[in-house]
Amino acid sequence: MSDKVKVTIDGISIEVAPGTSILNAARQIGGDIVPPAMCYYSKLEGSGGKCRTCIVKVSKGSEKDPRPMPKLVASCRTTVMDGMEVQNITSPEVIEARSGVVEILLINHPLDCPVCDQAGECDLQNLGYEHGLQKTRYEFERRTFERIDIGDKIQLHMNRCILCYRCVFTADQITNKRVHGILNRGDHSEISTYIQTAVDNDFSGNVIDVCPVGALTDKTFRFRNRVWFTKPVDAHRDCPTCSGKVTLWYKGADVLRVTARKDIYGEVEEFICNTCRFDKKKTEDWVIEHPTHISDASVISSNHYETMKPLPVIQNNPKLQAANKVELEKTSKF
Amino acid sequence: MGRKLLLEHINVPGINTFDVYRQKGGYRAVEKALKMTPDEVVEEVKKSGLRGRGGAGFPTGMKWSFLAKPEGVARYLVCNADESEPGTFKDRFLMTHIPHALIEGMIVSSFALGAKTSYIYVRGEMMPQIRILERAIAEAKNAGFLGKNILGSGYDLELYVQPGGGAYICGEETALLESLEGKRGNPRIKPPFPAIAGLYGCPTVVNNVESIAATVPIINDGGDEYAKIGIGRSTGTKLISASGNLVKPGVYEIELGLSVEEFLYSDEYCGGIANGKRLKATVAGGSSVPVLPANLSLKLANGEPRLMSYESLSEGGFATGTMMGSGGFIAFDEDQCIVRNTWNFSRFYHHESCGQCSPCREGTGWMEKVLHRLEYGHGKMSDIDLLVDVSKKIEGNTICPLGDAAAWPVASAIRHFRDEFEWHVKEPVKALETNYGLANYAEPIKKVEVTS
Repeated sequence: MSDKVKVTIDGISIEVAPGTSILNAARQIGGDIVPPAMCYYSKLEGSGGKCRTCIVKVSKGSEKDPRPMPKLVASCRTTVMDGMEVQNITSPEVIEARSGVVEILLINHPLDCPVCDQAGECDLQNLGYEHGLQKTRYEFERRTFERIDIGDKIQLHMNRCILCYRCVFTADQITNKRVHGILNRGDHSEISTYIQTAVDNDFSGNVIDVCPVGALTDKTFRFRNRVWFTKPVDAHRDCPTCSGKVTLWYKGADVLRVTARKDIYGEVEEFICNTCRFDKKKTEDWVIEHPTHISDASVISSNHYETMKPLPVIQNNPKLQAANKVELEKTSKF
Repeated sequence: MGRKLLLEHINVPGINTFDVYRQKGGYRAVEKALKMTPDEVVEEVKKSGLRGRGGAGFPTGMKWSFLAKPEGVARYLVCNADESEPGTFKDRFLMTHIPHALIEGMIVSSFALGAKTSYIYVRGEMMPQIRILERAIAEAKNAGFLGKNILGSGYDLELYVQPGGGAYICGEETALLESLEGKRGNPRIKPPFPAIAGLYGCPTVVNNVESIAATVPIINDGGDEYAKIGIGRSTGTKLISASGNLVKPGVYEIELGLSVEEFLYSDEYCGGIANGKRLKATVAGGSSVPVLPANLSLKLANGEPRLMSYESLSEGGFATGTMMGSGGFIAFDEDQCIVRNTWNFSRFYHHESCGQCSPCREGTGWMEKVLHRLEYGHGKMSDIDLLVDVSKKIEGNTICPLGDAAAWPVASAIRHFRDEFEWHVKEPVKALETNYGLANYAEPIKKVEVTS
């Protein structure tokens, strides 16, 4: 017996360490079977379980107890058992429940993507495209809040918030003296600082990166540009407070904003400090590494310079065309 | 007359004081339990077949035996007195009139679980009950039933009363523990269950007031004796808070297995429907259980009489059954509007949703708005299917059972009273002035004479 447990997700088996969540096991497999996650954040302890987009069906509990679980479970907070069988995209029940969750997440969302800074890199937008309905069935006035400033660099736009609690966990776990949290209850609960206290510490800017929607935005970048017109570049600097590993977002020769580097699940690799994020906006502050890899699926890659401009010689040669098929498809796709 | 175990001495003047309660045989259970070993007490409760009286009906003895007992870690017993379900008021009644029954039960249960500190988490609105309990604790302490070395047995117990903030969600056991720890009352994600990691990360048992009080007669008479009362796996007696259009609403102690018809119409209990009206619908266990039309309330789908027991009430699943819940029995007469009532319940759940997980936070508000529209004559035919769909999207997809509790009344009301919803759409003006009436919900049930 190895100390690993075997779990089968949508027919694909993998052995993972005991105590791994179903979501993380799925992420180890990768690909389409990974459930979407809006509130879970692997770097934040206690996150997850709230948005319910990652729900999956456990069709076999474990080798010892093969009964299926009675309800759909949140994959981010359910640990795998040996011999567990999970259905994600192969279960119509899960797909339907997930589209229900997406619809419910969107009923009070303002859907102001055209004027939202997050558009193009928004988890909720992606989720809406993948699982949402084309039209809302909600015919009532949406819940609205006043915009508030938390600190001089961050703006909170509660209308767009999906209450994933990520920013609360971030503020709680990577900085001390947390001053913001959830006020009120039910659908009028809001993220807020009590009586508009400013969030003032070296790492407060990370709440912008962890926010899956456009509720927390960088005031130094607000309305400066759309993300798909900017070019992301990985860079680093010698920072005394943080790792200094960032992504710079260029428009022409100007650095419009600085964010932490994100992995394929939109999670920050290493948290960065406010000095790097808000104050170092010149190319000479940074050592450029290479262009950031952006997924083909992302709208940001639509005019990304990783896409190959086919040389004239390729265009006339069928053999070379076949050899460069993947790259050529990218150009024609956009 | 049914047997009374909890409310036997309810009419004795001064039963809320220690002296009278002691005279009437109170605190015998403590004396007896302290001579037994904790495991024997747990075994008695297991034998009694007592099921949780808070709503879920999980066997109390089983719950106790699941409690993890690691060395050197404190264990806690928490009494859930955050009773806020619309239609349920039995715990408040018990705490107001015989607070010592709860204190005695707490001592016995804490001893069985090996808890040295126990808490009674009382709903914030129940200020008088908090004072009553605190006085009762002081009296018990004076008499040596609480504190260090109780009755010379070497067992120490401190009992604390903690007022809540008045949130319905804090009646959910993990939200209650969060609130007790001084945090925002959001339900925790299970597992781990409180029996493994509960209050302050220690093994904890959370029990309803009535379950804890019921351990007193179990220890006094023995578990086997208690198991003889009742029917099948529903043993013992249960407090039912009857409200609505009844001749005699109030808190009644019934032996489980009493027929619903007898409970509703006999003079010993509710005494029938007030003003000579006829029964239209019932909610058998507090607002979160499915609502049933009169004919299904009194009879099962196969024509047998429905009994007040965990099994019989849930007979037929959600298609034709309901649930025992917390025992909040609400009766509606023929003049009541089901749409309005459903909207009212929905409004409650919208207001009380904690806002942690999205289906409940957004979905309850959505249902409330659609029902409000239907009730006030702006509804559309498609709204009815929409409500069913939304309730399905909420049900089972939430962290805690509040989502289910919000979805069930709506889904069941539409299942059984769809024609009334449709009438609200077709006749919006008329629906504001008059009620739909009895329609075909009840088989012609004999009119009962008005007793007063």
